[in-house]
Amino acid sequence: MSAVLEVEGVGKRYGAVQALADVSFSTDAGEVVAVIGPNGAGKTTLLSIIAGSLAADSGDVRPAPERVGWAPQQAALYARLTVAENLELFARLERVPDPRAAVAAMLAQTELTERSGTLVGELSGGNRQRVNVALALIAQPPVLALDEPSAALDPAQRERLWRFVSGLAARGTAIVFSTHNVNEAQRYAQRAIVLADGRMLFDGTPDALLAAQPEAGADLERALVLFLEARARAAPAG
Amino acid sequence: MRWLLTKDLRILGRSRLLVALLVVYPVVIALLIGLALSRGPGRPRVAVVDETPPGETVQVGTERVEVHRYVQQLFDQLDAIEVPTREQAVAKVRSGGALAAVVIPPNIVTKASSGTEQGELELIYNGDALEQSLVQSQLSSALAEANLGFSKQIQDVAAQAIDQLLKGGNLSEIGAPADLVGLEQIPALLARVIAHQRPGPDRDALQRVATFADFAAQNLTLSKRVLASVGQPIKVRSTLLHGRRTPLDTFAVVVAVSISLMFISVLLAAGAIALEREEHALHRLLRGLVRVRVLLAEKCALAGGCGFVVALAMLAGVGAFVPLRWGRFPLWLAALALGAAAFAALGVAIGVLAREVRAASLLAFLLSLPLAFLALVPRGAVARGIYDSINVISFVFPYKAALQALDAAVNGSAPAIGGSLAHLAVLALAFSVLAGAGLARSR
Repeated sequence: MSAVLEVEGVGKRYGAVQALADVSFSTDAGEVVAVIGPNGAGKTTLLSIIAGSLAADSGDVRPAPERVGWAPQQAALYARLTVAENLELFARLERVPDPRAAVAAMLAQTELTERSGTLVGELSGGNRQRVNVALALIAQPPVLALDEPSAALDPAQRERLWRFVSGLAARGTAIVFSTHNVNEAQRYAQRAIVLADGRMLFDGTPDALLAAQPEAGADLERALVLFLEARARAAPAG
Repeated sequence: MRWLLTKDLRILGRSRLLVALLVVYPVVIALLIGLALSRGPGRPRVAVVDETPPGETVQVGTERVEVHRYVQQLFDQLDAIEVPTREQAVAKVRSGGALAAVVIPPNIVTKASSGTEQGELELIYNGDALEQSLVQSQLSSALAEANLGFSKQIQDVAAQAIDQLLKGGNLSEIGAPADLVGLEQIPALLARVIAHQRPGPDRDALQRVATFADFAAQNLTLSKRVLASVGQPIKVRSTLLHGRRTPLDTFAVVVAVSISLMFISVLLAAGAIALEREEHALHRLLRGLVRVRVLLAEKCALAGGCGFVVALAMLAGVGAFVPLRWGRFPLWLAALALGAAAFAALGVAIGVLAREVRAASLLAFLLSLPLAFLALVPRGAVARGIYDSINVISFVFPYKAALQALDAAVNGSAPAIGGSLAHLAVLALAFSVLAGAGLARSR
C-alpha cells in the first residue's frame, strides 16, 4: 500500500527550545496513528506542521496542507455562526465543488443535522468538537490530523467520536491523532509514535511498545512511562 | 474574500449592541467635540459694583462724559450682575453665583481726570488655577474692550471741541463770546484786510499772523486724526497665506466626521482580526485557505467600508444644517475612502499586535483618542519642541492626514488635498505591511 502522508526530517525550534528534531514517518491510507508522549514533547507542533498551520524550520511534509484535514485542540469555529454556516464557509474556502451538498452530507455523517441552525456558541463541548472534526473533513481529505480530539469530552461523547473516526479510517482516510490518553492509542490506533523533547523515540504498534516493556503487562500507559524512564537513564550514558 | 466578508457582516449583524456602540459612541463623541469647537466660550458671569456717585462725569474740553457709560460698556462684555456693595460682590464670588467681581471705586473719576494717575478697578475672583486663568483672561479682554469703547467716546468729544475751534460759531458754553470766528476762517479774513494795507511793518505783521493761523488750523485738523490713532494705535489687517479660510463651524463638522471615521474603522478592524485569533480560526484560515494579504484586505474592506458609510452619512446629514460645498462631493469620497483605508490598516495592525478582542479594542481606543487631540493642538499653544514632537506623532498615524484631507475636500482649505491623500495611501500601505509581518511572524 502506498503512503498518503510522508513526514521527512521535520525540525522546529522556538528560540532556544528545540520543539521537534528530525522527525520522519509515513502513513498509509486507512491507517490510524497515535502520537503520544509527555507534555512539551512536540505533539501539537508536529500535527500543526502536518496541517500547514505552522511552518517547519527543516524537513518536508507531503501532501500539501490543502489535502490534510485539521481539527486543532481548541475548536476553531465561529461562535456567532450556526453549525451549517461554519461548514458552508469552510466548504467554500476549501473550494468544494458543491458546498451545500457537502454541508448536508457532513451534517448527516456527524449526526448534526438537527443542530444545523444552532449557533456554535450555544453547543455543548462534545458537539463543538464534532463540528470541529466535521470542518476538517468537509473537503474529504485523504489525511486527517486530530490534535487531542477527545480532551474535552465525556466518556459517551468520546466513544461516539472514536466510532466516527474509526468509520472514516475504514473508508480509507489516514488518521494521525495526538493524545494524553494512552488507552485511546491502545484501543483505536494501529501504530503509536512516541515523542519526547521533540525527538521521535518509537514508531511501531502498541503491542510492540508493550513487548519492549514486559514488566508493564498489558498496560500501555505503564509501558510508555517505563520506556521513557529507560530512555532518560540511557541518554546521559549515550 | 467575498465569503469572509459575508461571514464578518453576518457576525456583525448578530452583534447589534456592538454595532450600536460602534456607531452611536463615535458619533456622540464627535458631535460633542464638534460643538465644543464651533461654539466659543460664553460671556463670563461677573458681579459689578459701581461705587461712583450717580451722574459722575469726566470733563473733556467743552463736554462731560458720563462714567456710567463706561460701566455700560463693561456690562456689554460680561454677563453682569449689578450688586450694590463690595461685600455682596465677594459673597457672590464665594458662593459660585459669579465667576468674579469687578469693583469700580468712587475715586476713579478723580484719578482718571488728574492727568497724573490712572483710574483703577478692583478684580475679585476665586477657584482653582485653571478657573483663575480663565477668569483673568476673559476679564482682561472684557476690560480692554470697555476701555477701548470709553476711550472712543472721549476721543469723539475731544474731536468735537477741536472742530468747534476750527469752524467757530457760538461757543458761549465755554465762556467765549457769541459768534466766535473759527481758526480756519482767520487766514481768509486777514488776507482781505492785508489786501487793503500799504506795504510796511503793519502789513508784514498781519501777514505773519495770517500764516500762523493757517498753520495752526492745518495742525488742529491733523490732531483729530492723531487722536483717533492714539485710541487704537494698531489696526489689524489679516492675510491668509494659502488656501481658503475655513469657518469654525464647518471645520468642526470635519473634525466630528473624521473622529467618527477613525473610531469605527480602527476599532472594527482591530476587533475583527483579533476575533479570528480568539476563535482559533486564524491558523485554520492561514494554512493555505486564505492568503495573509487577502485576509488583511478583507478586514480593511469591512472596517473601512463601515467607517466610510457612517462618516459619509454623517457628513451628508450635517450638510442639511451647515452650508457645505456639494460641488466638491467627489473629493469628499476620495478623502473618506483613503482615510478609512488608513484607519482600517492601523486597526488591523493593532488587532494583530493585541491578539484578543478586548485588548485590541482597548488599545485601539487608547491610541485613537490622544491622536485626535494631538492633531487638534494649534501651533503656538505649546512649546516649540513639544509641538515638533506632536507633529512627528501626527505624521506617523493617519488622523491628522485624514483631517487635513477632509478639510481640504470639504472646505477647500490648505494644504492641498493631493499631499494628504498620498500621505494616507502611504500610511495605509505601511500599516498593512506591518500587520502582514505580524501575522506571518505569529505562524
